Amino acid sequence: MSPDVKNILLAGVGGQGTLLASEILSETLMLAGFDVKKSEVHGMSQRGGSVTSHVRYGKKVYSPLIPDGQVDVLFGFELLETYRYLPTLRPGGAVVVNDLKIMPSTVAMGTESYPENIPGKIRAVCPEAKIVDGLDLALKAGNIRTVNTVLLGALSQRMEIAEELWLAGLKKMVPERFLKENLAAFQLGRQA
Amino acid sequence: MSQAILSGNEAFARGAFEAGVRVASAYPGTPSTEILENVAQYPEIDSSWAPNEKVSLEVAIGASFGGARAMVAMKHVGLNVAADPFMTMSYIGVRGGLVVVVCDDPEMHSSQNEQDSRHYARLGKAPMLEPADSAEALAFTRLAFELSEQFDTPVLLRSNTRISHGKSIVTLGERVTGLPEPKIERNPGKFVMLPGNARKRHPVVEQRLLDLKAWGCDHEINRIEEGEGEIGVITAGISYQYAKEVLPKAHILKLGMVYPLPEQLIRDFAARCKTLYVIEELDPFIEEQVKAMGIEVKGKEIFPICGEFTPSRVAAALGLPQPQGVAVPSEPLPNRPPNMCPGCSHRGVFFALKRLGAFVTGDIGCYTLGALPPLSAMDTCVCMGAGISNATGVAKALGEAERSKVVGVMGDSTFLHSGITSLMDMAYSNTPATAIILDNRITAMTGRQDHPGSGPTLPGIDAIPLTLRRSAAPSASATSRSSIPTTSPGPSRLSTKKCAARNLRWSSPAVPACSTVTDAGSGVRRSSSRPKPAPPARPA
Repeated sequence: MSPDVKNILLAGVGGQGTLLASEILSETLMLAGFDVKKSEVHGMSQRGGSVTSHVRYGKKVYSPLIPDGQVDVLFGFELLETYRYLPTLRPGGAVVVNDLKIMPSTVAMGTESYPENIPGKIRAVCPEAKIVDGLDLALKAGNIRTVNTVLLGALSQRMEIAEELWLAGLKKMVPERFLKENLAAFQLGRQA
Repeated sequence: MSQAILSGNEAFARGAFEAGVRVASAYPGTPSTEILENVAQYPEIDSSWAPNEKVSLEVAIGASFGGARAMVAMKHVGLNVAADPFMTMSYIGVRGGLVVVVCDDPEMHSSQNEQDSRHYARLGKAPMLEPADSAEALAFTRLAFELSEQFDTPVLLRSNTRISHGKSIVTLGERVTGLPEPKIERNPGKFVMLPGNARKRHPVVEQRLLDLKAWGCDHEINRIEEGEGEIGVITAGISYQYAKEVLPKAHILKLGMVYPLPEQLIRDFAARCKTLYVIEELDPFIEEQVKAMGIEVKGKEIFPICGEFTPSRVAAALGLPQPQGVAVPSEPLPNRPPNMCPGCSHRGVFFALKRLGAFVTGDIGCYTLGALPPLSAMDTCVCMGAGISNATGVAKALGEAERSKVVGVMGDSTFLHSGITSLMDMAYSNTPATAIILDNRITAMTGRQDHPGSGPTLPGIDAIPLTLRRSAAPSASATSRSSIPTTSPGPSRLSTKKCAARNLRWSSPAVPACSTVTDAGSGVRRSSSRPKPAPPARPA
């Protein structure tokens, strides 16, 4: 497997803006001069299902899918979905996760139960895991829908990409009328 | 020359624009939907949603008869619907270039089967190109139109979920100029497939395959990548990426044209390798043809036929050591299946059907989720349009006591796609079963595309919507969510309530038609070939 290729796995729930976050991330990485590939499955995700997006970057990327156990950064938008993909993290890999529970319909129906203490379980394998209260910071930024941008800000602190490239990526992908609150959300995430 | 990061579907659309396409048509279907949505951003191309894939191909064939380059896009099962015109168009050939993009769905992320559409190339005796990333999706689309006109054949372009919905970097080109202007040209010996004419065309088709095979041996679309050692790999499409990932030192014969195969090139390559693998997703399509050449290869005895490939699955099949992720204590985790949207009118219908104990023959759409708990109110689902005709068949089979329990259910877009004939048959044969059309005035499942029953056309021009109550059957009655009839079987019921998600639009920008970076790392410029009236909705 190519050693110079870095792997980021985004995991969340349909409707959380995971895919837009992966778009901004990919644009930023392209602006930074990397070869980039991104892969995800559209369709059912809109209706509250699990969503993942694979983002890979480096000098030359072949497979758009991350090999098992090779995730460098697990970038989670919801606790259960992050925990579900925790085994894909390579030893020494990083976790950035939104401190949010969204109950699946199976839990709402009472046929299955939501696991206890996911933050603790994540920290047990990744003590440095960054757990961010995205919703709180998004409200502070002025729009509850900027959670994904808050989380991107938190992720950006753990990647060696110049801040101005992130801002350029945001400006390119976010509509003008939502830009101000998204820039604020990004900064709040960076400071988190 | 500018660079952009595009999905495969955006790249197919860009390729159509650059190839000078004038007419494009499609019926939405995951993972192909975004191709036409992106084609529609180019005002140079007449883009329209067709009621089904057969109609879309026939529209494109007509455009080719008129002398224009034309493209259609569909999911793999859509080609089953369009197979009839496709098979004969292979005999006719083309006037303006004709390209059919077909998107497979290995792993069945959003499909009812994982058929391998490469078999259609052999069945229809037409060439098939298979790109391995977005850059090739763009380049192969351009090439496909040249091939189509050079060899007088429709050309298949095969994609899959990972190519269509994966993004990678492409270099954008300009739209070709100097193509002949469309005008009427009569050529009945070629365009009218009476038996006498078709008999003359069949030998032409056979010679065309031989010519294409020879072309494929010399063209760079099929290329050898020199490696080290004695292992060789024959591969194509997304599988090429996995082969490069797990066997970086192997010699690779990368096929860009997967049918017809370049026989002499394969023989020359095979002669240099001690161990030869064919790495291909789904069926042993290349493998069996290579074996028929008398060449020994390893294929499906080690690689899976079912499901999609991943780098890890390919490495495991080859017996290569696999890196391990962090150790996490195993515990059962709740599943997170998709659900009908909050406020969706389908929920009430299925709730009522379940309470009535109906035997529900279902169909393809959002409402297929009615099969899942807690509704669990769908008993069959086969293909587009089958819901009502299946109900007819079940009712014919059953005795009087159980007949009244049978309810065929389908959505409005599915009804217009291929359910309308099913309903005609139910009424014609006076079958005592109930049909319900869940009319939410949109093709909801694939991202809320319009259709003839909903109104505006793809470019946003008003159209008179077809009224289902008039077109369905004289006895049809509009039904509110709370009064689902099953006690008095009649041929047709309508449940009318607009899609709950209809007016949802993403706050994110739509997929840019042409998102460009003029100078990676410094200047950023976003340009679009034209401002869009409304961003195309797309499935998340």
